[in-house]
Amino acid sequence: MSGWIYTRYELLRAFRARRFFIFSLGFPVVLYFVIASPNRDVHDFDGLGVSFALYYMVSLASFGTMMAMISSGARIAGERQAGWTRQLRITPLSVRAYFRAKVLTSYAMAITSLLLLYVAGATLGVSLPAHSWLTMSGLILIGLLPFAALGITLGHLMTVDSIGPITGGTVSLLAIVSGTWFPVTSGFLHDLGVWLPSYWLVQAGRATITGHSWGAQGWLVIAAWTAVLTALAALAYRRDTGRV
Amino acid sequence: MSAEIRLTGLVKSFRGPQGPVAAVRGIDVSIAAGETVALLGPNGAGKSTTIDMMLGLTAPDSGSVSLFGATPREAVDAGAVGAMLQTGALIRDLSVRELITMVAALYRDPMGVEDVIALAGLGEAASRRTQKLSGGQTQRVRFAVALVSDPDLLVLDEPTVAMDVEGRRDFWTAMRAFAARGKTVIFATHYLEEADANADRAVLMARGRIVADGPTTEIKARVGFKTIRTTLVDVAVAELAALPGVSAADRHGDSVILRCSDSDRAIRALLERHPSARDIEITGAGLEEAFLELTGDDHELGATPPEPPR
Repeated sequence: MSGWIYTRYELLRAFRARRFFIFSLGFPVVLYFVIASPNRDVHDFDGLGVSFALYYMVSLASFGTMMAMISSGARIAGERQAGWTRQLRITPLSVRAYFRAKVLTSYAMAITSLLLLYVAGATLGVSLPAHSWLTMSGLILIGLLPFAALGITLGHLMTVDSIGPITGGTVSLLAIVSGTWFPVTSGFLHDLGVWLPSYWLVQAGRATITGHSWGAQGWLVIAAWTAVLTALAALAYRRDTGRV
Repeated sequence: MSAEIRLTGLVKSFRGPQGPVAAVRGIDVSIAAGETVALLGPNGAGKSTTIDMMLGLTAPDSGSVSLFGATPREAVDAGAVGAMLQTGALIRDLSVRELITMVAALYRDPMGVEDVIALAGLGEAASRRTQKLSGGQTQRVRFAVALVSDPDLLVLDEPTVAMDVEGRRDFWTAMRAFAARGKTVIFATHYLEEADANADRAVLMARGRIVADGPTTEIKARVGFKTIRTTLVDVAVAELAALPGVSAADRHGDSVILRCSDSDRAIRALLERHPSARDIEITGAGLEEAFLELTGDDHELGATPPEPPR
């Protein structure tokens, strides 16, 4: 029970951290308008049968939510540097409750980012049937699970100084390999990408809007990465008892 | 009284660039419920490592810790332990009251949030965001966080570091009020006055070992020497050091300090041979002298942090 009050204050803190909030959630929206506004009249992008505005709304939804999830690692690194994580270890807060609070806070940021991008898309004329919005959102939220664990892992391994470049670099690379910015349908990048959770995060939206499905491989890749990264996160948290 | 806190044979090394560095080399301490104990020692004596092991934050290489018959983790889970660690800022974006409420919610049977705020002297700052506090207020919030579970054992690692004179005084008043409720308090400090004024017992550490353990009065008495201070010009230090009963002499400008193994003989000889000596003072060893005597040679002086402003 007590863990929920802790979670509530973690959420409150996250939404009060204005600079962090605006930057990590505002950036994808700005990027979206920069990319999609000039091409808002392209109704059939790349012969896929979807508009440019929809295609990139979906791209940025995967990018923005992935960034929101991973950047919660930066908050953890900050708390560790402040000595707060050690203070929490001398309370009865369980590892489970701690992780739950961190994961829920990350999801709250990611969902906010997603909704902002949907609204941005709507202003550029994107419209979808209700079931498509729901399927897409549901798959994206599931596809974010590995990134929740990745954020916690990085937060407990990196220092405040190193985590910015590391997460920025990771997200950028994953986005390119996974075909966030331009379609990757064949070749080495594609062969590599299909084994990454970020590829399926991008596909979560794209599959829905182009009428394809996630498929067994998608579920498998997401499940495997979630399991591996969750184990890593738990290990990183357990080992991280020293003074920072 | 039975020993409620028992550290047995604690040893801990850390990896260093030139192989393992022994931080703690065998610590045995038993502390009874209700005692207030100061853990004294220069930087690097092993105080914080000992505290980390006591709290279960660091696993000892060998030895064990028993808190009220339980492991540190069990005692922490039961809300029996509160601690103010040495390094510590607060997390941002909550008010002081919200932060204390958040921590209180982690315990089964915490103190009332308003009671803790009052006890820690945070009434005025309670609605302020944690990132807008002064250094002293931050320390008081950390004190409140340590107190909120109403623990039986309170551990404070150099709690007054960022505080001004007034802040220190208020802090120790609050600590003594808490201790007076029958609580056990262990605090690490390198300010000897704080130990002298606030602890029943001092445990002196140097280089990872305990070098003295007992009531502060007893520790002072264990150091036999007295000090003569006087104003005396034109006499060489070596000549003064050779006086009967004097074991060491030191000069600062016109004033001379004689450390004496037998101050009665020394003062007679001094007045006989150097009748121009004036402003004479004879003092017993303070805790500070005892500290230096017991923690090692005078070369260590430089490693001893400055005293707090008076």
